[in-house]
Amino acid sequence: MSRLPFYLIVGLLMVVGIGMSVHRHVQFEVPWTQGEQRTIWEVEAIIDFTALGDPVRVDLALPQHQRGYRLLTENTASPGYGLSFLQDETGRRAQWSIREAAGSQQLYYSARLLVTEDRRQRELPVPPLREVIWERPYDTAAAQVIERAWTRSADPYTFARELIHDFSEDRQGENARLLLTQFDRSTLLVRLLNQAGVPAREASGLLLEDGRRRQTLTPWIQVFAGEDNWSIFNPTTGQQGQPENLLLWESGGRAVLEVQGGTNSRVTFSMLSRNQPAAAAVRSQLADDTLLNFSIHSLPLEEQALFQTILLIPIGALVVVFLRIMVGIKTSGTFMPVLIALAFIQTTLPTGLIGFLLIVAVGLVIRNYLSYLNLLLVARVSAVIITVIAIISIFSVLSYRVGLNAGLTITFFPMIILAWTIERMSILWEEEGPKEVLIQGGGSLVTAVLAYLAMNNPWIRHITFNFLGVQLIIMSLILLLGNYTGYRLLELRRFKPVTED
Amino acid sequence: MWARPSQLLERGIIGMNRRNIRYIGRYNDRRLYPLVDDKLQTKLLAERYGITTPALISTVTTQFGIKQLQKMVAGHEGFVIKPAKGSGGKGILVIDRIDGDGFIKPSGVRLELKDLERHVSNILSGLYSLGGTPDVAMIEALINFDEHLSEYTYEGVPDIRVIIFQGYPVMAMMRLSTAASDGKANLHQGAVGVGLDIASGTAVRGVQFDRPRREHPDTGHELASLLIPDWQNLLELAAGCFEMTGLGYLGTDMVIDRNRGPMLLELNARPGLAIQMANGEGLRSRLDLIEKQPAGLGVAERVAFAQLHFARCGELKNMAPRPQPLAAPLSSA
Repeated sequence: MSRLPFYLIVGLLMVVGIGMSVHRHVQFEVPWTQGEQRTIWEVEAIIDFTALGDPVRVDLALPQHQRGYRLLTENTASPGYGLSFLQDETGRRAQWSIREAAGSQQLYYSARLLVTEDRRQRELPVPPLREVIWERPYDTAAAQVIERAWTRSADPYTFARELIHDFSEDRQGENARLLLTQFDRSTLLVRLLNQAGVPAREASGLLLEDGRRRQTLTPWIQVFAGEDNWSIFNPTTGQQGQPENLLLWESGGRAVLEVQGGTNSRVTFSMLSRNQPAAAAVRSQLADDTLLNFSIHSLPLEEQALFQTILLIPIGALVVVFLRIMVGIKTSGTFMPVLIALAFIQTTLPTGLIGFLLIVAVGLVIRNYLSYLNLLLVARVSAVIITVIAIISIFSVLSYRVGLNAGLTITFFPMIILAWTIERMSILWEEEGPKEVLIQGGGSLVTAVLAYLAMNNPWIRHITFNFLGVQLIIMSLILLLGNYTGYRLLELRRFKPVTED
Repeated sequence: MWARPSQLLERGIIGMNRRNIRYIGRYNDRRLYPLVDDKLQTKLLAERYGITTPALISTVTTQFGIKQLQKMVAGHEGFVIKPAKGSGGKGILVIDRIDGDGFIKPSGVRLELKDLERHVSNILSGLYSLGGTPDVAMIEALINFDEHLSEYTYEGVPDIRVIIFQGYPVMAMMRLSTAASDGKANLHQGAVGVGLDIASGTAVRGVQFDRPRREHPDTGHELASLLIPDWQNLLELAAGCFEMTGLGYLGTDMVIDRNRGPMLLELNARPGLAIQMANGEGLRSRLDLIEKQPAGLGVAERVAFAQLHFARCGELKNMAPRPQPLAAPLSSA
């Protein structure tokens, strides 16, 4: 029988598992470790205008996922207004509408943005060149400015830089001053770039600064050197490149705010930065759940907490499989140690260990007495379960009276597990003697403690909860272990005498 | 304290993982397990194949059937109560003789009828069965084991474990109970394991607690003089269990009755590896050799092949004079 299909399956599981995990890390910036902090910006836009008593329509550009920033959540507050979000190729917009409004109006939009490591630039379609027509004598001034910058440049970016320099305060010439009387700086620069055959457009950006209020958007210029190759220029300094703290609010070449049926409209921004554990930041992402992005974060919180524990069980199983196949530790019951370890997670280790030993010891004594009563097995096991409940109650009440709250948590032990452990241990004691009880009971406890340490490790909890692909990797590891025909560690000791003669 | 893996590999020692995957997993069809896991089925099957087993006195299948227990065992000198689906010797109760109202264990401990009834009740509830499934209690006649062998054991019946691979007897050992093992023939509890030469049924090596041993710790009898009577017959019975069950890797537990000769006590589809310790030799080379043999040979041919290829000189032999072969046990009865 060929083992090829087996190795193919293992390899496939491994590759898919690693792929899913890396994809989640890269695409959604889920961090590998738990301790990482991420900055979150809370930006609030306030739209003020005076309504004229007619139907009102307000159109506001909205920010999108972009280089360095990921949109987490967004909220609006707009009493009485209808609201819809629109998406087209120039960007996202919010549209408020109302039949009748009069007097001073205020609309709010707030967004939470996660600062990300993602530095990839978004691909944008190149805007079409616009026909530029000047009146006399501005046409000669524009031609001269373009001519001057053109000769001193090599490509669209250097041309844009030279052009902006010619309009900066210290180098402003006659022509530039003349042109500036006609248009504001950024509009003028875009016109000149277009005239010279360089695709460009205006963009509105917000410079993020912690705790600032009543900020306005600043104009920026996007210059395109070709398909998906564009750069941001500062229209006053000519500096190329997007500053770290610049959030592009509108980059489709449209107005940021359009108000119909109102006057004196303006939009101002206030912002606040907060640091948050990366894991929490990840959790609040606007998740568009595809199969590849399959995550349990879309479940209700209660189910998430449950899954956090369930997803740890494969880790415990891996520990058990390793200890049994590679080391050769004997345990009573195959996966009972995992269940005991799960109980330890609820109780913490010292309380759990002491509680477990106490309950099993007292239970063994009582079980020993029950065996004299000559009862049927089912009745006896049931009696042991009730006794275990009684023991747990007594320990809980006693420890509470003494002031130890830790004692209360031993109620987390699964009754059936305890009852069966007691039953099995007492049979083992009768059949094989106390030594075997120590070996198997000790093996179970050692396995349970190691499984607990693995399962309770914050890093492992973080990884298993956030990267479902890890489950596939564990699966492939367990399959590989199941294929191991070599010696167990303890067998090297067991068979030692054979090698001695 | 620790051996290197290469040392064990060199001696052909088989570990648990290899046994599970390479032999049990490959040669033992899970479908066939009930044949050996249920001793009642094994017994009925053995009868069909003409393989002798200890006589079945009765079975108890229901809790109210326990009331008949006393009637069932009346008139029998000694008997054994065992769960049909038990494993590893668990739940086996041996009664040496009945003394009025009391039942005497080989150790001399006296039990009352209600102790026996409780034991049967536990068996029926599935206390000793795999997975706790309801079980059947079997009551078998006690084996009158050969007196020649009684000097080598303490209290319990010594049994002979033969590993049968693809129908070939591969390795054999005798398990002698000791005071330390409380009359049980489990090696890890302190029973003495004696490796047996496949060719002749003589002792090769003795171990207790994995350490070499030259004499029985309780009776003081030298192990070197051990010779299993009717060895050829025993090997053929054991090898026949391959046809009977279809299991390729099988542990057969045989006993020798004074009157009826070699008998099959029970079968094990997952035989342990301690037999390698008792023989001071790994199973690997023997199993490899058999895997190269063509299938379809008869029992006698397979036994002859094994006797030819697996013959060994005992390590104990040079210290003691070679024992005279015993008279055929069947005629001495």
